[in-house]
Amino acid sequence: MTLATVEKATQTINGAQILVEMLIRLGTDNIYAYPGGCSMPLHQALREQRTRIRTILPRHEQGGCFAAQGIARSTGKVGVCMATSGPGATNLVTGIADAKLDSIPMVAITGQVPQSVIGTDAFQETPMVEVCRAITKHHYMITDVRDVARIVKEAFYIASTGRPGPVLIDFPKDVQLTSLPLKDVDFDPDFRLPGYRPEVRTAAPEQIRQILAAVKRAKRPVLYVGGGCIQSEAAEELTKFAIRTGIPVAMTVMGLGVFPGNHPQSLHMLGMHGTVYANYAVDQSDLLLAFGVRFDDRVTGKLEEFAKHGKIVHVDIDPSEIHKNKEAHIPIVTDVRSALVALNEAMTDADIPDLSEWRQQIAVWKEKFPLAYADAGDAILQQYAIDELCRQTQDRDTYITVGVGQHQMWAAQFYKFSKPRRWLSSSGLGTMGFGLPAAMGVQTAHPNSLVVDIDGDGSFQMNIQELATLFCEKLPVKILLLNNQHLGMVVQWEDRFHSGSRAHTYLGPVDHPEALGEGDGAMPDETFPNFVQIARGYGVAASQVRSKAAFPKALAEMLNHDGPYLLDVICPYQEHVLPMIPSGRTVRDIITE
Amino acid sequence: MRHVLSALVMNQPGVLAHISGMLASRAYNIDSLAVGATENPEFSRITFVVNGNEKTLDQVRKQLEKIVTVVTVQDYSGKDFVERDLMLIKVSTANGRRSEIRELVDIFRGRIVDVGAAHVMIEISGRENKIEAFVDRMREFGILEMVRTGRVAMLRDKTITEETPSDSATTPSQNAPSAT
Repeated sequence: MTLATVEKATQTINGAQILVEMLIRLGTDNIYAYPGGCSMPLHQALREQRTRIRTILPRHEQGGCFAAQGIARSTGKVGVCMATSGPGATNLVTGIADAKLDSIPMVAITGQVPQSVIGTDAFQETPMVEVCRAITKHHYMITDVRDVARIVKEAFYIASTGRPGPVLIDFPKDVQLTSLPLKDVDFDPDFRLPGYRPEVRTAAPEQIRQILAAVKRAKRPVLYVGGGCIQSEAAEELTKFAIRTGIPVAMTVMGLGVFPGNHPQSLHMLGMHGTVYANYAVDQSDLLLAFGVRFDDRVTGKLEEFAKHGKIVHVDIDPSEIHKNKEAHIPIVTDVRSALVALNEAMTDADIPDLSEWRQQIAVWKEKFPLAYADAGDAILQQYAIDELCRQTQDRDTYITVGVGQHQMWAAQFYKFSKPRRWLSSSGLGTMGFGLPAAMGVQTAHPNSLVVDIDGDGSFQMNIQELATLFCEKLPVKILLLNNQHLGMVVQWEDRFHSGSRAHTYLGPVDHPEALGEGDGAMPDETFPNFVQIARGYGVAASQVRSKAAFPKALAEMLNHDGPYLLDVICPYQEHVLPMIPSGRTVRDIITE
Repeated sequence: MRHVLSALVMNQPGVLAHISGMLASRAYNIDSLAVGATENPEFSRITFVVNGNEKTLDQVRKQLEKIVTVVTVQDYSGKDFVERDLMLIKVSTANGRRSEIRELVDIFRGRIVDVGAAHVMIEISGRENKIEAFVDRMREFGILEMVRTGRVAMLRDKTITEETPSDSATTPSQNAPSAT
């Protein structure tokens, strides 16, 4: 035996090192990880491999989890985050639940106390698997170092196949530290998943013909497309199908970018804050082609009234979504892309309906109810700021992330996306604080792209600590902070449904008259907190802008800045997101002013 | 309508907790649930009795199938199957009617498994309505304590019930063309 083979024969590898090696082999370039007592061996292993995998330290585990989502949502690859046991692990919980509701492929790794003390209420012990059961696609507790490679491989497979979702790996410290001879480790073990069969079923040719027959007969068809089209990389096929048939396209908040927002056939977003014409079109449709959507209550409003005049074709990869909320006439369980490929292949010119009347009708609605906003003099309306951002960035390779609330809906309405995976929004769970960490994740995966977090002052403060990560990791994220000193969406509901009674929706000092809604409504000269000072304290360049005349230049300055930048835009809080269909109501209750 | 579902699951810690948690969080009502080993040590079988309409049942089945550790789910409704409950019941004999009780136990094909000074313990198995009828008969003697297992069930048409993972019975039928 040569010296090298002797060395190899006697070399050992511990559980933590096997896990890191597997992450690398499975294609992980970046991991967001916050260390602690029970994940230290993992961090030591990550340090050893730092030339092969970049480990980024967020300033809060939740930030790390959303950053991992940022990677996953913008690339389609599995995002990976890591935390220690107990509080580190529970800080991931919101991000995991968020990934579950939006079907984001993510693997969350948590340290766990050594097996000898599990169940004894040990220091920093939380039963993470128990906590996460209902909010993960699957979960593992590693109890044997010989299972590490298989579990990591399975976790990536489960997270990214079928309907994607988060997978938790809870990893006790003693197993991380247990060593095996390197020669005994199989880095490509077989799966042990007899109950998991995500193999893509294809639509039967009869079903494809059924859909085409329905399309041919339709007078008022609408495509209702969502996140499933993005997950299955179906944008190109969908666009082809829509343009060839001439069917207008309404997108869910998860589906924005699947079809070019500027295309004349685009109806933009539908649902609670969707366009009037998207909601009218769905209401009047005689054929609803629901592709990769789940008939969420924010889309449907009152279920019985939703699209009640038409036939519904529902294509989704998850069998449990079919007939869950709305009975489909033609249900197909398959990957949306494969269904669209089959439709595009089978379609002949004879299948294309004459939609000239329908197009005219939609044009009338678009003319009558455009997405619009008022002229507020020199005040900067949020809609205007987003509109201007869209203008200034449309020729650049731009990714937009958002927090949750009014600014999120305005961004969905006024930023026109031409490609999928460019819009990142916590849509199902609606988690404030998503925007900044998600943006840093996107920037990690796309170092040369422009990444803008459009945020509100409420959402932004929920993960404001990640400004430190931007500076320390040299991530040039831009933050367009639409600062109205209020929790705008709740204020809007207070105005609409609680006669404007302010209940803890003012973000300044409580002794200020605005706290009870008794102020003069003007923005104070000194807004609270001083975001410019905070950003600078973190080493992030920043400025404030209050006048519409000064806004385009201030924005351009931010966009051209070499490094992270925060633009604090002072906006009025009296603006409402419109149109609006109140919760549980129908398109006939739509509020447009 | 009452449905009997039979799920083959991986024999691992936490699987039952996962399933019962899912059923609870989605507000599905389960009448009975029984878990036990199978002939293969890698798998366990869980038998559920669910009351609900077709739509609820369809969701219960699909949500069960989504759980990674659930291998197959079969709905026995409308099929030829044998189902059994097992009950242990302690009945008072303080009133001197032990022989009367014994006669009823024979009629119901149960067994007396323990005799005390003032009570007997009876083991009885069978279909739910038989067990219910027996409980009714025992009431007049004074039921001291009773315990029942959940339902277990098995199809008649197979002598071996171990499904392979590719068992077609679990493939959701959505992809069959629908009549429209």
